[in-house]
Amino acid sequence: MCSLCGILGCDDHWSSAVERPGVYSRNDSRLSRRREAARRLAIANKVLHTRRMKVEDFHNTSYVLRGATGATTVFDALAHLWPEAEALSGKPFDPLDPALLAALEERHP
Amino acid sequence: MSDRSPIPVNLLTGFLGSGKTTLLQRMLSDPSMAGAAVLINEFGEVGLDHELLDRIDDTVMLMKSGCLCCTVRGEVADSLSDLFSRRARGEIPAFDRVVIESTGLADPFPVLSTIRAHPVLRSHFTVGQVITTVDAVNAGAQIKARDEAVRQIGAADVIALTKTDLCAPTETSALRTRLERLNPAARVLIARDTAPGEMLSEDPSRWTQTAPEPALTETDDLAHDGKRGHHHHDKGLGVVSFSLVIEERIDWTAFGIWLTMLLNRHGDRIFRVKGILDVEGEDRPVAVHGVQHLVHPPVHLSRWPTNERYSRLVFILEGLDPEVIRRSFHVFNRLSNSAQVEA
Repeated sequence: MCSLCGILGCDDHWSSAVERPGVYSRNDSRLSRRREAARRLAIANKVLHTRRMKVEDFHNTSYVLRGATGATTVFDALAHLWPEAEALSGKPFDPLDPALLAALEERHP
Repeated sequence: MSDRSPIPVNLLTGFLGSGKTTLLQRMLSDPSMAGAAVLINEFGEVGLDHELLDRIDDTVMLMKSGCLCCTVRGEVADSLSDLFSRRARGEIPAFDRVVIESTGLADPFPVLSTIRAHPVLRSHFTVGQVITTVDAVNAGAQIKARDEAVRQIGAADVIALTKTDLCAPTETSALRTRLERLNPAARVLIARDTAPGEMLSEDPSRWTQTAPEPALTETDDLAHDGKRGHHHHDKGLGVVSFSLVIEERIDWTAFGIWLTMLLNRHGDRIFRVKGILDVEGEDRPVAVHGVQHLVHPPVHLSRWPTNERYSRLVFILEGLDPEVIRRSFHVFNRLSNSAQVEA
Protein backbone atom coordinates (compact mmCIF):
# COMPACT_ATOMS: atom_id res chain seq x y z
CA MET A 1 0.00 0.00 0.00
CA CYS A 2 1.16 3.47 -0.79
CA SER A 3 1.43 5.26 2.56
CA LEU A 4 0.90 8.67 0.97
CA CYS A 5 -2.34 8.12 -0.89
CA GLY A 6 -3.62 5.04 0.90
CA ILE A 7 -4.13 2.95 -2.18
CA LEU A 8 -3.11 -0.61 -2.67
CA GLY A 9 -0.42 -1.44 -5.15
CA CYS A 10 2.42 0.79 -6.20
CA ASP A 11 1.91 2.26 -9.65
CA ASP A 12 5.11 4.22 -9.85
CA HIS A 13 5.03 4.82 -13.58
CA TRP A 14 7.22 7.69 -14.77
CA SER A 15 4.28 9.47 -16.44
CA SER A 16 2.42 9.55 -13.12
CA ALA A 17 5.38 9.97 -10.81
CA VAL A 18 4.90 10.53 -7.11
CA GLU A 19 4.91 14.25 -6.44
CA ARG A 20 8.20 15.50 -5.00
CA PRO A 21 10.34 18.59 -5.47
CA GLY A 22 11.58 19.08 -9.02
CA VAL A 23 9.58 16.20 -10.47
CA TYR A 24 6.79 16.89 -12.94
CA SER A 25 3.69 15.19 -11.69
CA ARG A 26 -0.04 15.36 -12.01
CA ASN A 27 -0.38 13.59 -8.70
CA ASP A 28 -0.55 16.83 -6.76
CA SER A 29 -4.13 16.38 -5.59
CA ARG A 30 -6.72 13.65 -5.41
CA LEU A 31 -8.80 15.33 -8.11
CA SER A 32 -5.97 15.80 -10.59
CA ARG A 33 -4.73 12.28 -9.95
CA ARG A 34 -8.13 10.81 -10.74
CA ARG A 35 -8.65 13.09 -13.74
CA GLU A 36 -5.30 12.09 -15.17
CA ALA A 37 -5.95 8.39 -14.54
CA ALA A 38 -9.28 8.64 -16.37
CA ARG A 39 -7.69 10.43 -19.37
CA ARG A 40 -4.92 7.84 -19.47
CA LEU A 41 -7.42 5.01 -19.70
CA ALA A 42 -9.46 6.88 -22.34
CA ILE A 43 -6.42 7.32 -24.58
CA ALA A 44 -5.07 3.81 -23.98
CA ASN A 45 -8.50 2.46 -24.92
CA LYS A 46 -8.34 4.21 -28.28
CA VAL A 47 -5.27 2.14 -29.04
CA LEU A 48 -6.63 -1.06 -27.50
CA HIS A 49 -9.88 -0.63 -29.43
CA THR A 50 -8.02 -1.46 -32.67
CA ARG A 51 -8.00 -5.04 -31.34
CA ARG A 52 -11.38 -4.81 -29.62
CA MET A 53 -9.74 -4.72 -26.22
CA LYS A 54 -10.53 -2.50 -23.26
CA VAL A 55 -8.82 -1.55 -20.02
CA GLU A 56 -10.73 -0.34 -16.95
CA ASP A 57 -9.82 0.93 -13.56
CA PHE A 58 -10.59 -1.43 -10.67
CA HIS A 59 -11.32 0.51 -7.46
CA ASN A 60 -8.35 2.80 -8.05
CA THR A 61 -6.09 -0.04 -7.04
CA SER A 62 -5.45 -2.00 -10.22
CA TYR A 63 -6.48 -2.43 -13.84
CA VAL A 64 -8.70 -4.95 -15.60
CA LEU A 65 -7.91 -5.68 -19.24
CA ARG A 66 -10.48 -7.47 -21.39
CA GLY A 67 -9.66 -9.09 -24.71
CA ALA A 68 -11.85 -9.46 -27.80
CA THR A 69 -12.91 -12.95 -26.73
CA GLY A 70 -13.84 -11.92 -23.22
CA ALA A 71 -10.61 -13.15 -21.65
CA THR A 72 -9.63 -10.96 -18.72
CA THR A 73 -6.45 -10.18 -16.89
CA VAL A 74 -5.80 -8.04 -13.82
CA PHE A 75 -2.60 -6.14 -13.11
CA ASP A 76 -1.64 -3.42 -10.68
CA ALA A 77 0.82 -1.16 -12.48
CA LEU A 78 0.49 0.88 -15.63
CA ALA A 79 3.95 -0.26 -16.68
CA HIS A 80 2.44 -3.71 -17.24
CA LEU A 81 -0.34 -2.57 -19.59
CA TRP A 82 1.37 -3.20 -22.94
CA PRO A 83 3.07 -6.49 -22.03
CA GLU A 84 -0.31 -7.69 -20.67
CA ALA A 85 -2.13 -6.48 -23.80
CA GLU A 86 0.39 -8.28 -25.99
CA ALA A 87 0.03 -11.49 -23.98
CA LEU A 88 -3.77 -11.33 -24.11
CA SER A 89 -3.99 -10.54 -27.84
CA GLY A 90 -1.14 -12.86 -28.77
CA LYS A 91 0.77 -10.32 -30.85
CA PRO A 92 2.90 -7.24 -30.34
CA PHE A 93 1.41 -3.80 -29.75
CA ASP A 94 3.88 -1.80 -31.80
CA PRO A 95 3.39 1.97 -32.04
CA LEU A 96 5.53 1.90 -35.20
CA ASP A 97 3.33 -0.71 -36.90
CA PRO A 98 2.00 0.91 -40.10
CA ALA A 99 -1.30 -0.99 -39.79
CA LEU A 100 -1.87 0.27 -36.24
CA LEU A 101 -0.98 3.84 -37.23
CA ALA A 102 -3.30 3.68 -40.25
CA ALA A 103 -6.15 2.39 -38.10
CA LEU A 104 -5.64 5.16 -35.54
CA GLU A 105 -5.36 7.85 -38.24
CA GLU A 106 -8.58 6.64 -39.82
CA ARG A 107 -10.51 6.71 -36.54
CA HIS A 108 -8.85 9.83 -35.10
CA PRO A 109 -7.83 12.04 -38.06
CA MET B 1 21.92 17.79 1.35
CA SER B 2 19.41 16.68 3.94
CA ASP B 3 19.43 13.09 5.14
CA ARG B 4 16.20 12.45 3.31
CA SER B 5 17.36 13.62 -0.11
CA PRO B 6 18.03 10.76 -2.51
CA ILE B 7 21.75 10.14 -2.89
CA PRO B 8 22.99 10.45 -6.46
CA VAL B 9 24.63 7.38 -7.95
CA ASN B 10 27.07 8.09 -10.75
CA LEU B 11 27.92 5.28 -13.10
CA LEU B 12 31.43 5.34 -14.50
CA THR B 13 31.52 3.16 -17.57
CA GLY B 14 33.65 2.81 -20.68
CA PHE B 15 35.18 0.09 -22.80
CA LEU B 16 38.02 -2.14 -21.57
CA GLY B 17 41.22 -0.16 -21.20
CA SER B 18 39.58 3.18 -21.82
CA GLY B 19 40.90 4.73 -18.59
CA LYS B 20 37.99 4.38 -16.16
CA THR B 21 40.17 3.67 -13.15
CA THR B 22 42.63 6.44 -13.96
CA LEU B 23 39.74 8.85 -14.19
CA LEU B 24 38.23 7.50 -10.96
CA GLN B 25 41.56 7.97 -9.21
CA ARG B 26 41.64 11.60 -10.34
CA MET B 27 38.04 12.13 -9.32
CA LEU B 28 38.61 10.75 -5.85
CA SER B 29 41.54 13.09 -5.27
CA ASP B 30 39.29 16.10 -5.86
CA PRO B 31 37.86 17.81 -2.74
CA SER B 32 34.36 17.81 -4.26
CA MET B 33 34.41 14.01 -4.09
CA ALA B 34 35.45 13.80 -0.45
CA GLY B 35 32.02 12.51 0.56
CA ALA B 36 31.74 9.86 -2.14
CA ALA B 37 31.42 6.13 -1.63
CA VAL B 38 32.74 3.93 -4.40
CA LEU B 39 31.63 0.53 -5.68
CA ILE B 40 34.03 -1.24 -7.97
CA ASN B 41 33.17 -4.16 -10.18
CA GLU B 42 35.97 -6.48 -11.09
CA PHE B 43 35.90 -8.64 -14.18
CA GLY B 44 37.16 -12.17 -13.69
CA GLU B 45 39.03 -13.57 -10.77
CA VAL B 46 41.82 -11.02 -10.62
CA GLY B 47 40.62 -7.60 -9.56
CA LEU B 48 43.13 -5.65 -11.56
CA ASP B 49 41.07 -2.51 -11.46
CA HIS B 50 40.83 -2.87 -7.72
CA GLU B 51 44.58 -3.14 -7.29
CA LEU B 52 45.19 -0.11 -9.43
CA LEU B 53 42.88 1.97 -7.34
CA ASP B 54 44.71 3.32 -4.35
CA ARG B 55 41.85 4.79 -2.36
CA ILE B 56 40.22 1.83 -0.74
CA ASP B 57 38.57 2.45 2.57
CA ASP B 58 35.45 1.47 4.41
CA THR B 59 33.18 3.00 1.82
CA VAL B 60 34.69 1.04 -1.04
CA MET B 61 33.15 -2.31 -1.66
CA LEU B 62 34.34 -4.80 -4.21
CA MET B 63 31.59 -6.61 -6.02
CA LYS B 64 32.55 -10.24 -6.27
CA SER B 65 31.60 -11.63 -9.64
CA GLY B 66 32.17 -10.65 -13.24
CA CYS B 67 29.96 -8.77 -15.59
CA LEU B 68 27.47 -6.33 -14.11
CA CYS B 69 25.30 -6.72 -17.14
CA CYS B 70 23.22 -9.64 -15.95
CA THR B 71 24.86 -11.69 -13.25
CA VAL B 72 25.71 -8.92 -10.81
CA ARG B 73 22.49 -7.03 -10.98
CA GLY B 74 21.44 -8.47 -7.63
CA GLU B 75 24.82 -7.62 -6.23
CA VAL B 76 24.46 -4.00 -7.27
CA ALA B 77 21.25 -3.91 -5.26
CA ASP B 78 22.79 -5.80 -2.33
CA SER B 79 25.90 -3.63 -2.32
CA LEU B 80 23.93 -0.39 -2.36
CA SER B 81 21.50 -1.63 0.30
CA ASP B 82 24.36 -2.74 2.50
CA LEU B 83 26.16 0.56 2.00
CA PHE B 84 23.04 2.48 2.95
CA SER B 85 22.39 0.34 6.03
CA ARG B 86 25.93 0.84 7.27
CA ARG B 87 25.60 4.58 6.66
CA ALA B 88 22.32 4.64 8.61
CA ARG B 89 23.90 2.73 11.52
CA GLY B 90 26.79 5.19 11.57
CA GLU B 91 29.36 2.52 10.77
CA ILE B 92 30.65 4.51 7.83
CA PRO B 93 30.62 8.27 7.13
CA ALA B 94 27.42 9.74 5.74
CA PHE B 95 28.44 9.71 2.08
CA ASP B 96 26.67 12.15 -0.23
CA ARG B 97 27.34 10.37 -3.51
CA VAL B 98 28.05 6.88 -4.82
CA VAL B 99 30.22 6.15 -7.83
CA ILE B 100 29.93 2.73 -9.43
CA GLU B 101 32.74 1.74 -11.75
CA SER B 102 31.40 -0.88 -14.12
CA THR B 103 33.34 -3.39 -16.16
CA GLY B 104 34.34 -2.50 -19.69
CA LEU B 105 31.96 -5.07 -21.11
CA ALA B 106 28.88 -3.94 -19.19
CA ASP B 107 25.76 -2.55 -20.73
CA PRO B 108 24.96 0.42 -18.44
CA PHE B 109 21.22 -0.15 -18.51
CA PRO B 110 20.82 -2.92 -15.88
CA VAL B 111 22.69 -0.86 -13.27
CA LEU B 112 20.49 2.15 -13.88
CA SER B 113 17.34 0.04 -13.88
CA THR B 114 18.39 -1.63 -10.61
CA ILE B 115 18.52 1.76 -8.89
CA ARG B 116 15.20 2.87 -10.36
CA ALA B 117 13.28 -0.37 -10.01
CA HIS B 118 14.42 -1.74 -6.67
CA PRO B 119 11.64 -1.09 -4.11
CA VAL B 120 14.04 0.05 -1.39
CA LEU B 121 16.88 1.59 -3.38
CA ARG B 122 14.63 3.89 -5.37
CA SER B 123 13.61 5.66 -2.16
CA HIS B 124 17.19 6.34 -1.10
CA PHE B 125 19.16 6.70 -4.31
CA THR B 126 18.73 8.52 -7.58
CA VAL B 127 20.49 8.00 -10.88
CA GLY B 128 23.11 10.72 -11.34
CA GLN B 129 25.31 11.56 -14.29
CA VAL B 130 26.53 8.62 -16.33
CA ILE B 131 30.17 9.16 -17.29
CA THR B 132 31.60 7.14 -20.15
CA THR B 133 35.31 7.11 -20.83
CA VAL B 134 36.28 6.86 -24.48
CA ASP B 135 39.82 5.99 -25.48
CA ALA B 136 40.79 8.47 -28.21
CA VAL B 137 43.29 6.04 -29.73
CA ASN B 138 41.08 2.97 -30.08
CA ALA B 139 37.56 4.36 -30.05
CA GLY B 140 37.04 4.16 -33.82
CA ALA B 141 37.62 0.40 -33.94
CA GLN B 142 35.71 -0.27 -30.70
CA ILE B 143 32.64 1.62 -31.84
CA LYS B 144 32.59 -0.37 -35.08
CA ALA B 145 33.24 -3.74 -33.51
CA ARG B 146 31.53 -3.70 -30.13
CA ASP B 147 27.89 -3.14 -29.43
CA GLU B 148 28.69 -2.49 -25.74
CA ALA B 149 30.86 0.49 -26.67
CA VAL B 150 27.97 2.07 -28.57
CA ARG B 151 25.54 1.41 -25.71
CA GLN B 152 27.94 2.95 -23.22
CA ILE B 153 28.31 6.06 -25.40
CA GLY B 154 24.55 6.20 -25.93
CA ALA B 155 23.83 6.08 -22.20
CA ALA B 156 26.37 8.78 -21.30
CA ASP B 157 25.58 12.19 -19.88
CA VAL B 158 29.28 12.96 -19.99
CA ILE B 159 31.76 11.46 -22.44
CA ALA B 160 35.30 11.80 -21.09
CA LEU B 161 37.90 11.50 -23.85
CA THR B 162 41.04 9.81 -22.54
CA LYS B 163 44.52 9.27 -24.02
CA THR B 164 44.15 12.40 -26.10
CA ASP B 165 47.86 13.09 -25.55
CA LEU B 166 48.59 10.04 -27.73
CA CYS B 167 46.53 11.39 -30.65
CA ALA B 168 46.96 14.19 -33.14
CA PRO B 169 44.63 17.10 -32.33
CA THR B 170 42.88 16.62 -35.68
CA GLU B 171 42.06 13.00 -34.81
CA THR B 172 40.74 14.03 -31.40
CA SER B 173 38.65 16.72 -33.00
CA ALA B 174 37.20 14.29 -35.57
CA LEU B 175 36.39 11.75 -32.84
CA ARG B 176 34.77 14.45 -30.75
CA THR B 177 32.55 15.44 -33.67
CA ARG B 178 31.61 11.80 -34.23
CA LEU B 179 30.72 11.29 -30.58
CA GLU B 180 28.64 14.47 -30.51
CA ARG B 181 26.65 13.08 -33.41
CA LEU B 182 26.31 9.65 -31.83
CA ASN B 183 25.04 11.16 -28.60
CA PRO B 184 24.00 14.80 -28.99
CA ALA B 185 22.59 14.81 -25.46
CA ALA B 186 25.99 14.25 -23.84
CA ARG B 187 28.80 16.66 -23.00
CA VAL B 188 32.04 15.57 -24.64
CA LEU B 189 35.03 16.59 -22.50
CA ILE B 190 38.75 16.01 -22.61
CA ALA B 191 39.34 14.08 -19.37
CA ARG B 192 42.76 15.52 -18.48
CA ASP B 193 41.61 19.12 -19.05
CA THR B 194 38.43 18.85 -17.00
CA ALA B 195 38.03 19.20 -13.26
CA PRO B 196 36.12 16.27 -11.71
CA GLY B 197 33.59 18.63 -10.15
CA GLU B 198 32.75 20.00 -13.58
CA MET B 199 32.30 16.49 -14.92
CA LEU B 200 29.60 15.74 -12.35
CA SER B 201 27.74 19.03 -12.60
CA GLU B 202 24.33 18.96 -14.15
CA ASP B 203 24.02 21.21 -17.18
CA PRO B 204 20.37 22.03 -17.87
CA SER B 205 21.17 23.55 -21.26
CA ARG B 206 21.93 20.03 -22.53
CA TRP B 207 18.28 19.19 -22.26
CA THR B 208 17.65 21.47 -25.21
CA GLN B 209 20.46 20.20 -27.37
CA THR B 210 19.52 18.87 -30.76
CA ALA B 211 21.94 17.00 -32.97
CA PRO B 212 24.57 19.27 -34.51
CA GLU B 213 24.32 19.76 -38.24
CA PRO B 214 26.22 16.85 -39.76
CA ALA B 215 28.83 17.58 -42.41
CA LEU B 216 27.76 15.98 -45.66
CA THR B 217 31.25 14.62 -46.28
CA GLU B 218 31.19 12.60 -43.10
CA THR B 219 27.76 11.10 -43.14
CA ASP B 220 26.36 8.54 -45.49
CA ASP B 221 22.78 9.58 -45.03
CA LEU B 222 21.10 12.77 -44.10
CA ALA B 223 17.43 13.57 -44.03
CA HIS B 224 15.66 16.79 -43.25
CA ASP B 225 11.98 17.18 -42.70
CA GLY B 226 11.95 20.64 -44.17
CA LYS B 227 11.59 22.20 -40.72
CA ARG B 228 13.81 21.95 -37.72
CA GLY B 229 15.10 18.55 -36.72
CA HIS B 230 17.04 15.96 -38.59
CA HIS B 231 18.75 12.64 -38.25
CA HIS B 232 21.95 11.08 -39.40
CA HIS B 233 23.57 7.68 -39.45
CA ASP B 234 27.03 7.02 -38.19
CA LYS B 235 29.19 5.60 -40.96
CA GLY B 236 29.29 1.82 -40.81
CA LEU B 237 26.75 1.58 -37.96
CA GLY B 238 23.04 1.20 -37.82
CA VAL B 239 23.06 3.75 -35.01
CA VAL B 240 21.15 6.93 -35.68
CA SER B 241 20.90 10.05 -33.62
CA PHE B 242 17.65 11.69 -34.44
CA SER B 243 16.07 14.93 -33.30
CA LEU B 244 12.31 15.08 -33.15
CA VAL B 245 11.29 18.73 -33.13
CA ILE B 246 7.63 19.34 -32.36
CA GLU B 247 5.94 22.67 -33.01
CA GLU B 248 2.56 21.78 -31.50
CA ARG B 249 2.04 21.58 -27.75
CA ILE B 250 2.26 18.12 -26.29
CA ASP B 251 -0.48 16.25 -24.51
CA TRP B 252 1.30 14.72 -21.51
CA THR B 253 -1.08 11.78 -21.16
CA ALA B 254 -0.85 10.78 -24.82
CA PHE B 255 2.92 11.26 -24.74
CA GLY B 256 3.23 8.97 -21.72
CA ILE B 257 1.27 6.22 -23.43
CA TRP B 258 3.21 6.63 -26.68
CA LEU B 259 6.68 6.56 -25.13
CA THR B 260 5.76 3.67 -22.84
CA MET B 261 4.52 1.64 -25.83
CA LEU B 262 7.56 2.57 -27.88
CA LEU B 263 10.05 1.56 -25.18
CA ASN B 264 8.10 -1.58 -24.31
CA ARG B 265 8.48 -2.82 -27.88
CA HIS B 266 11.75 -1.21 -28.98
CA GLY B 267 13.61 -0.27 -25.77
CA ASP B 268 16.51 -2.56 -26.58
CA ARG B 269 17.13 -0.58 -29.76
CA ILE B 270 16.61 2.88 -28.29
CA PHE B 271 19.83 3.57 -26.41
CA ARG B 272 18.74 6.98 -25.29
CA VAL B 273 15.88 9.44 -25.43
CA LYS B 274 16.27 12.87 -23.87
CA GLY B 275 14.71 16.26 -24.35
CA ILE B 276 12.38 18.99 -23.20
CA LEU B 277 8.68 19.23 -23.83
CA ASP B 278 6.23 22.09 -24.20
CA VAL B 279 3.37 20.42 -22.37
CA GLU B 280 -0.21 21.61 -22.85
CA GLY B 281 -1.32 23.57 -19.80
CA GLU B 282 2.21 24.22 -18.46
CA ASP B 283 4.26 27.42 -18.64
CA ARG B 284 7.53 25.75 -17.78
CA PRO B 285 9.23 22.99 -19.77
CA VAL B 286 9.26 19.36 -18.72
CA ALA B 287 12.47 17.40 -19.24
CA VAL B 288 12.35 13.69 -19.96
CA HIS B 289 15.23 11.28 -20.01
CA GLY B 290 15.26 7.58 -20.77
CA VAL B 291 17.84 4.87 -21.31
CA GLN B 292 16.56 1.79 -23.15
CA HIS B 293 13.45 0.52 -21.29
CA LEU B 294 13.97 2.89 -18.38
CA VAL B 295 12.53 6.42 -18.09
CA HIS B 296 13.59 8.61 -15.21
CA PRO B 297 11.00 10.70 -13.34
CA PRO B 298 10.29 13.77 -15.51
CA VAL B 299 11.84 17.01 -14.31
CA HIS B 300 9.95 20.30 -14.18
CA LEU B 301 12.51 22.89 -15.26
CA SER B 302 12.25 26.39 -13.84
CA ARG B 303 12.41 28.16 -17.21
CA TRP B 304 12.99 27.71 -20.91
CA PRO B 305 16.74 27.70 -21.58
CA THR B 306 16.37 29.88 -24.68
CA ASN B 307 13.65 32.11 -26.08
CA GLU B 308 12.59 29.36 -28.44
CA ARG B 309 9.69 27.56 -26.88
CA TYR B 310 9.12 24.27 -28.62
CA SER B 311 9.57 20.59 -27.80
CA ARG B 312 12.63 18.72 -28.90
CA LEU B 313 13.57 15.11 -28.25
CA VAL B 314 16.86 13.47 -29.15
CA PHE B 315 16.81 9.72 -29.82
CA ILE B 316 19.85 7.51 -30.20
CA LEU B 317 18.60 4.36 -31.80
CA GLU B 318 19.48 1.44 -33.97
CA GLY B 319 17.52 -0.18 -36.76
CA LEU B 320 14.40 1.99 -36.45
CA ASP B 321 13.19 4.46 -39.04
CA PRO B 322 13.10 8.02 -37.64
CA GLU B 323 10.36 9.00 -40.06
CA VAL B 324 8.07 6.28 -38.70
CA ILE B 325 8.78 7.45 -35.14
CA ARG B 326 7.90 11.00 -36.16
CA ARG B 327 4.65 9.86 -37.77
CA SER B 328 3.80 7.66 -34.80
CA PHE B 329 4.33 10.53 -32.36
CA HIS B 330 1.93 12.81 -34.25
CA VAL B 331 -0.72 10.09 -34.56
CA PHE B 332 -0.63 9.48 -30.81
CA ASN B 333 -0.56 13.17 -29.92
CA ARG B 334 -3.84 13.56 -31.84
CA LEU B 335 -5.50 10.83 -29.78
CA SER B 336 -5.90 13.32 -26.96
CA ASN B 337 -8.27 15.50 -29.00
CA SER B 338 -11.40 13.72 -27.95
CA ALA B 339 -10.14 12.21 -24.74
CA GLN B 340 -11.51 14.78 -22.36
CA VAL B 341 -12.99 12.87 -19.47
CA GLU B 342 -14.87 14.35 -16.59
CA ALA B 343 -13.26 13.53 -13.28
